[in-house]
Amino acid sequence: MSGGVDSAVAAARMVELGHDVTGVHLALSKNPQTYRSGARGCCSLEDSHDARRAADVLGIPFYVWDFSDRFAADVVDDFVAEYAAGRTPNPCLRCNEKIKFAAVLDRGIALGFDAIATGHYAVLREVDGRTQLWRSAEQAKDQSYVLGVLNQAQLSRCLFPLGPDTAKADVRAEASARGLYLAKKPDSHDICFIPSGDTAGFLAKHLGSSAGDFVDEQGVVVGSHAGSHAFTVGQRRGLHLGVPADDGRPRYVLGIEPTTNTVTVGPHEALAVRRIDGIRPTWAEAEVLGSWRGLVQVRAHGAALPAWIEGRTESITVLLDDATHGIAPGQAVVCYDGDRVVGSATIAATAR
Amino acid sequence: MATVSERDYFDHAAGAPLVEVARAAMDAVWRLPGNPSSLHTAGRSARRLLEESRETLAGCLGAHPTEIVFTSGGTEANNLALLGASSRPGRPRLAIGATEHPSVTGVIERLPGRVDVLAVDRDGRLQTSGLDVITERTALVSTMLVNNETGVAQPLEQVLAAARAADAWTHTDAVQAFGHLPLDFADLGVDAMTVTAHKLGGPVGIGALVVRRDLALAAPGFGGGQERKVRSGTAMVALAVGFAAAARAAVGDRETEAARLGVLRERLAAGITDSIVDVMVNGTAPVSPAVLNVTFTGCRADDLLLMLDAAGLDCSTGSACTAGVHQPSEVLLAMGRSEAEASSSLRFSFGPTTDDAAIDRLMAALPQAVARARAAAL
Repeated sequence: MSGGVDSAVAAARMVELGHDVTGVHLALSKNPQTYRSGARGCCSLEDSHDARRAADVLGIPFYVWDFSDRFAADVVDDFVAEYAAGRTPNPCLRCNEKIKFAAVLDRGIALGFDAIATGHYAVLREVDGRTQLWRSAEQAKDQSYVLGVLNQAQLSRCLFPLGPDTAKADVRAEASARGLYLAKKPDSHDICFIPSGDTAGFLAKHLGSSAGDFVDEQGVVVGSHAGSHAFTVGQRRGLHLGVPADDGRPRYVLGIEPTTNTVTVGPHEALAVRRIDGIRPTWAEAEVLGSWRGLVQVRAHGAALPAWIEGRTESITVLLDDATHGIAPGQAVVCYDGDRVVGSATIAATAR
Repeated sequence: MATVSERDYFDHAAGAPLVEVARAAMDAVWRLPGNPSSLHTAGRSARRLLEESRETLAGCLGAHPTEIVFTSGGTEANNLALLGASSRPGRPRLAIGATEHPSVTGVIERLPGRVDVLAVDRDGRLQTSGLDVITERTALVSTMLVNNETGVAQPLEQVLAAARAADAWTHTDAVQAFGHLPLDFADLGVDAMTVTAHKLGGPVGIGALVVRRDLALAAPGFGGGQERKVRSGTAMVALAVGFAAAARAAVGDRETEAARLGVLRERLAAGITDSIVDVMVNGTAPVSPAVLNVTFTGCRADDLLLMLDAAGLDCSTGSACTAGVHQPSEVLLAMGRSEAEASSSLRFSFGPTTDDAAIDRLMAALPQAVARARAAAL
């Protein structure tokens, strides 16, 4: 229970369905702020308080579990290390994989609980003894992408009571009708451990800054920057190249080479990608090896792109029907069969 | 989930249920108008109730009524003793025990560089070797009588002798002693002593600093100076009435109740050490009969608390939480325990509602709760 409206309503529905529910709020920050500021962050003391008050209204026990050490090691340190390696991580996905549906789930199971229920927007279906993960009916809120890293052992212990039929506006109305006063609380966005929203500043603090070059596709130096970790493949804003391109068109980050602290820039069409190589594959139900037709999603709230997918035990290769742009290594590629999640992998490399 | 009335409560040291005599005494006076500082009949009636309560409480504590300064509770009384002594001329330093309550240890941050901490041994008792930090520059020495987390009773003779030799004032936090151990302010020989109502069946919101008449404490706050010019704010008449009634009842029953609880405590301690491996009772005799602190190696204390809570048993770690997250016990750390040990300990504390059947239910629930909490911590 983050203190937000989704998990509060999810808990309410679980109670109503007759489950024996215990509310857990995760303390993920070592030094939580007293109050939430804006729509950023999700583990201030105010959020913890809001979650507790929702649990009070529902009449369920409530605890705060401290996962700040695990979160720092598995999510924050990983986030910094990935940027340092020139990749663009998705910390929410990592948190789901390592914390919420791993460390928290394991702790709950060991304590005698049967499952973990969250306010995520995704649908679970039991078919032939397996738990399938499907997109939410509410496309705009669908969170199957950030849940795409979960395996069958995890999914079989999950419950997403908001998934099947709920629109966000309805959740707010339901929270209000249930007397949960957080009904009007804004959604949280951005990265919870960077409450200022200044990712570049956060990275500069952790990785320092050192001058490096912008180069074009031919290797010609076209500018300088204060550290390659401040950039993401596909980024256009904030390059401050000074000298315009010969053709006067905007330039984008095409690649990041942290060992030489070099950032390659070029025109939009150079971002075009048809082939994606993914490592560390995970499978929602079971391995799907060999070549198969499916859809892939390469960023949260991104479009589903038709593709051939080649599944192997240690890696996958995706060949998109149509080129897409600006895929950053480090992000997850989640593979679907229609609206059903098949598996995911971490993007290691891309090619035209 | 069990309702509150079906549950067993093992957290009397945090707050004991209001005893019937205190409730009845307060019921009789809540509706009366009158500020005890007012001069009219209603004011004088209120003042009479306040002073009668002060006299009753003083009688329970072996003190003179003029020595009772009512406060909002133990924390304010401890703050008053420490801050009230901190401006003694020529004596800039304070000395406190290493296992004191946060309302005492907090003075380290409030008066940086001016506080000496008296180390304790593995049983939580002051080490005599460390008492030489008490000098003629020490304004006040504050050492608790019974520890709130472990129940360890602190013999004060040596620390009081060291303080007297240096002409330092002495204070003891007797919050957990009052009602459980014999307590007589005059016999104890300290200059100031903290007590509070809600640990012995009185209402929350009132306590007292018992303080010798010749001790010139400075007032930390300001206002009407209603309590001996060192504590301001309208006197809490009904709460004082409830405090006095609860104190009288607790002191009247003390010997029988302490003996009864002592037997239950020993039963629980023996039951835990016999039925669960890798456990350790923290603190040796003399201890309060009302507190048992146990380290369950390999558990997170808050997991164990959750499991017992789900089984209808209210227990506590006894130590501070930050944002609902249990922190390693500073008391156990000061007693030389490891971070792991200080994070895997629970406090069971007893009172009038604790009986053999409650201990039976606790002992029945503990083995599985510990096993699961240990599995969850792997």
